Amino acid sequence: MDFGPHLMLASIEGAVISAILVLTAMGLSIVFGVMRVVNVAHGEFFMLGAVFAWAVSTMIGGHAAFGFVAALLIVPVLVGCIASGVDQLILKRIDYDVDRTIVATIGILYIVQQSTLMLYGPEARPVEPPFNTRLALPWFEFGADGFQMIWPWGLSVTTYKLFVIFAAISVLGVLWFVLTRTKIGLIMRATQQDREMAQAFGVPVNRVYSWVFGLGAGLAALGAVLVVPIQQAHYLMGGDPLLLAFIVVIIGGLGSLPGTVIAAVLIGMSDGIISVFFSPTLAKIIATFLVAMVLVFRPQGLMGRVAA
Amino acid sequence: MAAVSILETKGLTKIYGGLQANTDINFSLRRNAITALIGPNGAGKSTFVGMVSGRTKPTNGSVFFEGQDISRLPAHKRIQLGMAYTFQITSIFPGLTVEDNVALAAGRKLAHDKTAHAQKTAAVLDKIGLGDRADQVASDLSYGHQRVLEIAMGLAQDPKLFILDEPTQGLAEGEVDAFVTLMRTMAKETTILLIEHNMRVVTETADHVAVLDQGRLLASGTVDEIHANAAVQAAYLGTTANA
Amino acid sequence: MVVFRSAALHSCVLLALVALFFVLPAYHVGAFSRIMVLAIYAIGYNLLFGYTGLLSLGHAMFFAAGMYGFGLSMNFGGLTVLPAFAVGVTAAGLLSVAVGFLALRTIGVAFMIVTLMFAQTFYLVILYFGEYTRGDEGFIIQQAQRSIAGIDLTTETARYFTAFILFAICFLAMARLVQSPFGKRLVAIRENEERARMLGYDVGRLKLAALVVSGLFSGVAGAAYAMLFGYVGASFAAVHYSIFPLLWVLLGGAGTTVGPLIGVIFMFYLIDVSSSFTNAYMLVAGIALVLLTLFAPQGIAGTLRKRAVSWLP
Repeated sequence: MDFGPHLMLASIEGAVISAILVLTAMGLSIVFGVMRVVNVAHGEFFMLGAVFAWAVSTMIGGHAAFGFVAALLIVPVLVGCIASGVDQLILKRIDYDVDRTIVATIGILYIVQQSTLMLYGPEARPVEPPFNTRLALPWFEFGADGFQMIWPWGLSVTTYKLFVIFAAISVLGVLWFVLTRTKIGLIMRATQQDREMAQAFGVPVNRVYSWVFGLGAGLAALGAVLVVPIQQAHYLMGGDPLLLAFIVVIIGGLGSLPGTVIAAVLIGMSDGIISVFFSPTLAKIIATFLVAMVLVFRPQGLMGRVAA
Repeated sequence: MAAVSILETKGLTKIYGGLQANTDINFSLRRNAITALIGPNGAGKSTFVGMVSGRTKPTNGSVFFEGQDISRLPAHKRIQLGMAYTFQITSIFPGLTVEDNVALAAGRKLAHDKTAHAQKTAAVLDKIGLGDRADQVASDLSYGHQRVLEIAMGLAQDPKLFILDEPTQGLAEGEVDAFVTLMRTMAKETTILLIEHNMRVVTETADHVAVLDQGRLLASGTVDEIHANAAVQAAYLGTTANA
Repeated sequence: MVVFRSAALHSCVLLALVALFFVLPAYHVGAFSRIMVLAIYAIGYNLLFGYTGLLSLGHAMFFAAGMYGFGLSMNFGGLTVLPAFAVGVTAAGLLSVAVGFLALRTIGVAFMIVTLMFAQTFYLVILYFGEYTRGDEGFIIQQAQRSIAGIDLTTETARYFTAFILFAICFLAMARLVQSPFGKRLVAIRENEERARMLGYDVGRLKLAALVVSGLFSGVAGAAYAMLFGYVGASFAAVHYSIFPLLWVLLGGAGTTVGPLIGVIFMFYLIDVSSSFTNAYMLVAGIALVLLTLFAPQGIAGTLRKRAVSWLP
């Protein structure tokens, strides 16, 4: 395959990564934005989503589509409820103290991950995609016979991957609508701007926090349900999404939702493209180091409203 | 000139996003005297001492301490030159004992000499009347005692210039009296720049008064001169001094 | 009085460690060699977290710098144990200076994330140069090479007492350090950074000094681990090994001199026992972290200090 078609293939991979990443990072960003806490266990909620998706689709049986749709509906809600429970049980009691929340969520990370290892085991298990037709893609070339359309071997995309991209965009649309056009969004923004003031105006801040924490985890789980037909469910799969989501949220400006979306597309695309052409380890080294440097030299600029 | 004034500012200006908090302040502080800086809320008093002590970066202008241009020095270097600063909102080491609080303040200069360090710490605690509470954890002290502790931390540094940002705020009447007495004894050893709302404290302690209004230095002089100043009365004293 | 008590306490701890060698069965003697080395790491971490109030999530890079500095310079540089040890500690020191200059520009959450990311970069670099480091699999330092002046460090006795001597030096040095004016100033920064600055202390330099000393101790621990147990692997640079010292110090008692050792002993045996039941032994670490933040943020020694022995250093 030539460079051009190769790049196109990489871009499609990048778009799929971006789609998953945008959901995961959005969850982390909303939690940070509203609650001002860093949820280190976020990646484990992603992993739980994948493992539950496997469990649900295995239980349902029949055509793959039934299991998948069931997982899509049930799993994010289930993971969201677990996260809300964690919030009530642990985070609420330490009063969302920044440092202690980090330590506590590190603990939650290990609890979730290791419990999964005990109950689900160390195997990686696949979920069958509901549909998976391979579509060949054309490439245009200016050859000896003038401009022509060719069908390079290997340049293709599955319908499922297209669906993932489409699904992520739809979810973002709904999320945007909820956050900017509904009362729920208004309450969340009020809580974000001034916790005490919101409380004084009758916003049940504790309940809002619980919902927000659940929503954040649910978004990660949704991303995971979408990803398991492509990548298998495994108890250690939460690490990479956590790191990438962190990177996205920092680059995009902590707590800024439009920034998060832009950064997720940017990081996802470059991750897809770089890892096709370069060693993935080198790509990760460069990305991790650069993000650390961004935080060091432009903490205020990129972290947006943290200082206030 | 250095003999008369210990601190001078030239054209000191601070602009917060278009808002002029301090405008072109030329100020000179007399050595070995108590100077009170007064002015209504939002007049820019805290901004001004912030720029003097190095906590706030000026937009323009310069600060001279004992004739030396300190405009570019970070806060801790200015303190090392002999300034001490007490915060408007009490700022102590809450988890440490009263003694450790004072010892830390005295320790910057004296830590190498254990005996002198211990003596100094004990002397300051005695002077300020916290000797019998030396082993108490600072956060357990009453609000009034915490304010006194913070002043003790200033004293322990033997400062040449002691900046007190609203030290009597929130104190009870009796505590204010004790504070006035303390101020008079301190004045014998050091120069004091006092930011104060309580006009009684100002009239009872200050040798000089400077008035800030809307970020500008409106007037300065002795207490009587300021009382007589029509502009000051219009801006400030007329509304609060008689209260 | 307090000075005398604390000297007595520290001597008792050291004497107890000597006595343990003679009373413990062989398996636990081996365990305690490991515990003492890891406790050096915890002591270093405690200076930064417990005394200065800076929560780093990337200390594994300093531990690993000591470990790889030692291991690589022996296997590829042909150095003997002592110079290799010096290389390891120096590597950790230099790394902590560099990291300190950069990471200390940030505070709070940003500091945690930055240290985490630097450590992750370091870990990935180790994997990337797998040709030399053998990545996750790691490499062995030959038994024959691990001796100082003819003393074979691989025997149980030599290993135990080498670990003990290193531990004793670090333990006593740190106990002195935290009671010195420097240590008091670090505590002042933890308690109220702005106040410390407005007392004329150069907070930036003090924090850097704390980070470098902390990094050096971690490097000593890393190099000692490679020297005594003969294994160098990337898992020691992974994020687990940045979380461990936090856990040990929290459990034992942050800001106390004996806390790190207590924390390592407890955690070591907790994991040791639970890993005989399940491969998910990190579950214990997770539960411990959550319970500690919820119910005992001051740890074992910290709670003791609060409840009973207020003079505990």
